[in-house]
Amino acid sequence: MLRFVVRRLLQIVPTLFVLSLLLFAWLRLLPGGPAAALLGDKATPEKIAELNRVLGLDQPIPLQYFRYLGRSLTGDFGNSLISGDPVIDEIGRALPATLELAVAALLIAVVLGIPLGYVAARYRGRPLDTTTVIGTLVGVAVPVFFLGFLLKQWFAVDLGWFPPSGRQSVSIDATDVTGLAVFDGLLTREFDASWDALRHLVLPAIALATIPLAVITRITRASVLDVLGSDFVRTANSKGLAPGTVRGRHVLRNALLPVSTTIGLQTGLLLGGAVLTEKVFVWGGIGTLIAQGIERRDYPRLQAIVLLGAGVYVLVNLLVDLSYALIDPRVRLR
Amino acid sequence: MTTPLLEVADLGVAFTRKGEPDSVAVDGVSFDVQPGEIVGLVGESGCGKSVTSLAIMRLLPERGVRVTGSVRMEGTDLMTLSDSAMREKRGRDLSMVFQDPLSSLNPVIEIGLQVTEVLRRHRGLKKDAARREAAELLERVGIPDPRRRLDSYPHQLSGGMRQRVMIAIALACRPRLLIADEPTTALDVTIQAQILELLKELVADSGTALVMITHDLGVVAGLCDRVNVLYGGRIVERSERHRLFGTPRHPYTYGLLGSIPRLDAPPGEDLAAIRGSVNDNLPWAHACAFAPRCPRALERCSEVSPPPELAGGRFLRCHNPVPAEA
Repeated sequence: MLRFVVRRLLQIVPTLFVLSLLLFAWLRLLPGGPAAALLGDKATPEKIAELNRVLGLDQPIPLQYFRYLGRSLTGDFGNSLISGDPVIDEIGRALPATLELAVAALLIAVVLGIPLGYVAARYRGRPLDTTTVIGTLVGVAVPVFFLGFLLKQWFAVDLGWFPPSGRQSVSIDATDVTGLAVFDGLLTREFDASWDALRHLVLPAIALATIPLAVITRITRASVLDVLGSDFVRTANSKGLAPGTVRGRHVLRNALLPVSTTIGLQTGLLLGGAVLTEKVFVWGGIGTLIAQGIERRDYPRLQAIVLLGAGVYVLVNLLVDLSYALIDPRVRLR
Repeated sequence: MTTPLLEVADLGVAFTRKGEPDSVAVDGVSFDVQPGEIVGLVGESGCGKSVTSLAIMRLLPERGVRVTGSVRMEGTDLMTLSDSAMREKRGRDLSMVFQDPLSSLNPVIEIGLQVTEVLRRHRGLKKDAARREAAELLERVGIPDPRRRLDSYPHQLSGGMRQRVMIAIALACRPRLLIADEPTTALDVTIQAQILELLKELVADSGTALVMITHDLGVVAGLCDRVNVLYGGRIVERSERHRLFGTPRHPYTYGLLGSIPRLDAPPGEDLAAIRGSVNDNLPWAHACAFAPRCPRALERCSEVSPPPELAGGRFLRCHNPVPAEA
């Protein structure tokens, strides 16, 4: 078990190495460059060449890469070309916001998705099931930013139930501990701050949760249907067990295996959705950093964030594999 | 004869799909089982034997299946019981052993819980008592080191051991009827004989009646008191075991017996086979389903459905049976 975890953690190193190489090359293949983006209208070929020399971008790309690699091994991922701050500090400031949003979205998706998928499977072919199947299809198909704008227009602008943007009202004087606004409020007993942050969180979390919710619901439904038709469920019924025992003990646990894989994959995809959601709700997290970074060709920032995302992805999938071992005794972790 | 333990009367099972004609799997099957008796239900794949057993247990899916006829156990019609009353009986009064013990046991739950859950459900045993009883049950079905095995998972046991576990579960509440649906088909030959011997011993000990469902006449020969031969969803011949094997009357039974390999056959002799397949079957309503494959078929076999006849303790459904002294 421990050896498995250590080995999997070591696998992160080559993964990140290859990814950094691809990313480095890919960013430099994008048309335009940081110099042109930074200079904007005032760009002349001479000025661009001058700035490229200052930034070291006139060097051969392999050389640039090895310098970058050497620095990042010491923990220096460079300074943002936009703000001039170390990208590590930028990420540190923005991460709690995105983390809060992603965790909230994932909670919604899992807590609603699994029961919904289960109930749909149980009442297969009935109106409830049909509604769920169609609803989840729509959920997967609707673009996140479009849904974000709709939610904002209806529930924030028209109805005024929730604030339209930001993470906390300006009037609230909240103490910052971890940067997770809802959590900090609970920690410092500033419950009004917590409540305010939670109200800000609702709409963006729903927007971001839609796709994972739909996918988790569909996978749960399919998986439960599959297990319901299996021989051991027939055996359980042949014992005369109460329907609740059959479902809880025999169906659900087996059905959760594919679902846990799906949760892992969806967690990885949340970052992409976060870029759009944060844009719509002016959230100011990692997604905002990415959006700005792409517009302005901020190489160091983008490199660091994508590597961070990849690291998180690998970790989440490690957790999924561990959960497999918990659920299914046939899975041996070696 | 005493009152039968189980009386299946005119049982029919049809699978229904919207926009398609019903597919009839079991077509008016009637047989009975006396207390403590071992009855065989024999036939090839697709003849309706498994569906019959699932219909008796009421384990067929509710949607898309139409079950007709009656199944009386000690006077109670199981078909008209409420779902919860049927659940009370399943596992306690009648239970079942399935074909593939690996897929029939829950892969993610320890053996112990899979045995104790039926004890706790029907015998109201507390956790510790149920565990002790489960260990005893495992011991009785010949599983070595039963206490340790309670904590094993199905994949850690061999195929034969798994089927022993299934038998222990099925007999845990000393049911009066056990249905075994091809219990040895998924096992290798050396294990098959052990499992059959075990089943025979256990049902004799507890006075449980056994319905043995199989395609293997060898299994029937060593085990059953009476044998029902099923073809195309109907019973075509029923008789006491020795009489059936000695003088098979229905051409299908005759063909089945003829297709068993024999050690005393001359070397190089081809094994007899029944020509065609179940796909050639005619509808029972106005023919004998077996007629297209039957070497003794007459013209009327594909025109008139053969009526059931009872002669000399033998049930037969054939226009042109094999002569008794063939």
